[in-house]
Amino acid sequence: MPTSRLEMTGINVAFGGVLALTDVSLTVEPGQVHGLIGPNGAGKTTLFNVACGLVRPTSGRISWRGQEMRRLRPSQLTKLGIARTLQGVGLFPGMTVLENVMVGAHRHARAGFLSALLALPTSDKDDRQLRERAMRALTELGAEQYAGRYPGSLPYPVQKRVALARALVAEPDLLLLDEPASGLAEDEMHELGELIRSVVGRMSVLLVEHHMDLVMRVCDQITVLDSGKQIAAGTPAEVQADPAVTEAYLGDAVDPGADAAELTHADGGRTHG
Amino acid sequence: MSDLHSPASTGTAGKATDEAPVLATAGADAPSAPAETRRSFLPQSTLLRHLLVLAASAVLAVALLELSSPYQNSQLATLTYYAIAAGGLTVLTGMNGQISLGHGALMAAGAYTTALFLDAEEPLPLPLILVVAVVVATAIGALVGVAAARLHGPYLAGATLALAVGLPGLAIYFHDIFGGEQGLRVRAPRAPEAFGSFIEAVSGNSASNTKWLAYVGTICLLITYFFLANLVRSRIGRTWRAVRDQEVAAELAGINLGAWRVLAFVVSAAAAGLAGGVLAIVVRLAAPSGFTLVLSLALLTAIVIGGLGSLLGALLGSALLVFLPPFVTDLGGDLGLDQTEAAQLAPFVYGVVLIVAMIFAPAGFVGTIRLRWMTAKAKRASARAAGANGG
Repeated sequence: MPTSRLEMTGINVAFGGVLALTDVSLTVEPGQVHGLIGPNGAGKTTLFNVACGLVRPTSGRISWRGQEMRRLRPSQLTKLGIARTLQGVGLFPGMTVLENVMVGAHRHARAGFLSALLALPTSDKDDRQLRERAMRALTELGAEQYAGRYPGSLPYPVQKRVALARALVAEPDLLLLDEPASGLAEDEMHELGELIRSVVGRMSVLLVEHHMDLVMRVCDQITVLDSGKQIAAGTPAEVQADPAVTEAYLGDAVDPGADAAELTHADGGRTHG
Repeated sequence: MSDLHSPASTGTAGKATDEAPVLATAGADAPSAPAETRRSFLPQSTLLRHLLVLAASAVLAVALLELSSPYQNSQLATLTYYAIAAGGLTVLTGMNGQISLGHGALMAAGAYTTALFLDAEEPLPLPLILVVAVVVATAIGALVGVAAARLHGPYLAGATLALAVGLPGLAIYFHDIFGGEQGLRVRAPRAPEAFGSFIEAVSGNSASNTKWLAYVGTICLLITYFFLANLVRSRIGRTWRAVRDQEVAAELAGINLGAWRVLAFVVSAAAAGLAGGVLAIVVRLAAPSGFTLVLSLALLTAIVIGGLGSLLGALLGSALLVFLPPFVTDLGGDLGLDQTEAAQLAPFVYGVVLIVAMIFAPAGFVGTIRLRWMTAKAKRASARAAGANGG
């Protein structure tokens, strides 16, 4: 088993003439939580999209488990052992919570078209197994009682849990979390932090997040972007001590008022989805 | 977050609409996996359950065909090919979210294939010919599907519209093979001896050729719906709906959007091909005038009125398509209109029904009833919860 290390080296992305990312490098070590932070428009989500093949970099190298990924397509991700959640939730509105999570387990499906067409017992058995996987993932996130409901009727934090369950059910080696805490209340964010730490034994995590306290608490390594450039990298303590970071992003983060501003900002983020 | 573990106490649960999907258009499709294992008298196995429904439907169909007049028999035969094509289309449009205005052309492919093969000196057995018709339509469907997988909404409608207009044109261009405007006469296959004795034993009716064709159509319909129901209730149907609902999320779950769209198109085309084959032997003619854009549009309206994504809805929508016009025409005659006026009344009433359905029941027959039922169930559940809390 090759080590599950994600390495992005010298990534450049240009949209038309605008440089979204300039020479950004980042390595997610196995079993670590890597945080990606930066002010709005810093290019966090762009880098994220590069990591999962939604945006093709102008230049640069992405390697996963020691192999370079040249023409990465999003649909290949789960097979490679990478799962990602979307900013907002991106659940399937016309399907029950259980079905949503079962789709996430797509990679584990074995029965093919023909056995489904003929409704062979193998198809039933396969579906039962997917269902059990999905229920386990929902139970892990404490959302099993919503299995039969449709996402649109559920409170936003529950939808976020379902979206997370859908990513976890694929049993990835690398989990990409895009702003998982947006729209969550303080105690929910705390639980989320514990959850992220609890999955680290099974997978590494790349986390894009606005909430400083969450990032500082759960991350082993942090990369800071500003205007498409990497301005700092290191442990939470190192990053916090870095004057460039303080200047560009944290500002007066010690001031509790700034935290409150962050929170209101995140609530505004709900409408993104 | 701890309060989320007890939904009954939060007050957010048990709202009347909680159980129903927010999308009206998804109202008609039943979930592929039950959230809890309920006690049920139906078997757990999908195969046994669907075979049971198949057997019951077969009995019902025989009863219907034997209790109805020869004229109604021929109407039912018409219903079967509409319903076969609509069933395939509802899988494509309802479950996978791809619109097709070209299904009439795919039916034409099946019909012409059937006509050509039946015209041979020593025609192949009918089931084999229908299989060939399905294969031909499937091949065309695969080609169109590959092109369609990259297109969306109006662009897809445009591309399939080109198919609907273009393919029957080929029949006119290659008139030596396909008979031009007049089309091909179809030598309807004769009923086997066994069929006569079967009908004799069941009802004592005479086993006319019309009756035989109605039975052929019915058998094809039952087989098609059996297969489609299997797909819809499996992972395949679930994956199609995921592609329909949220492309990016589906892709991130490891679903190759293009491949699954093509698969939906192919399955749908196969049904359309079989429908074309049945149409050819029931109508006894395969001509360009039978496969105009109107046919494709009629199929679309049938699945929308019935409830997108629902096979039962496709069947009901097709029934409306077949039975409403003669019913209205008769009614017009009874009300003292002359024949022409009565005949003109039918499309008018059909249009009114369509508009009313779109305004008051956008989820279609089946979708609306299912949403109502779910709402009622949720209300009962919340009433129970309130009662339990109060006592």
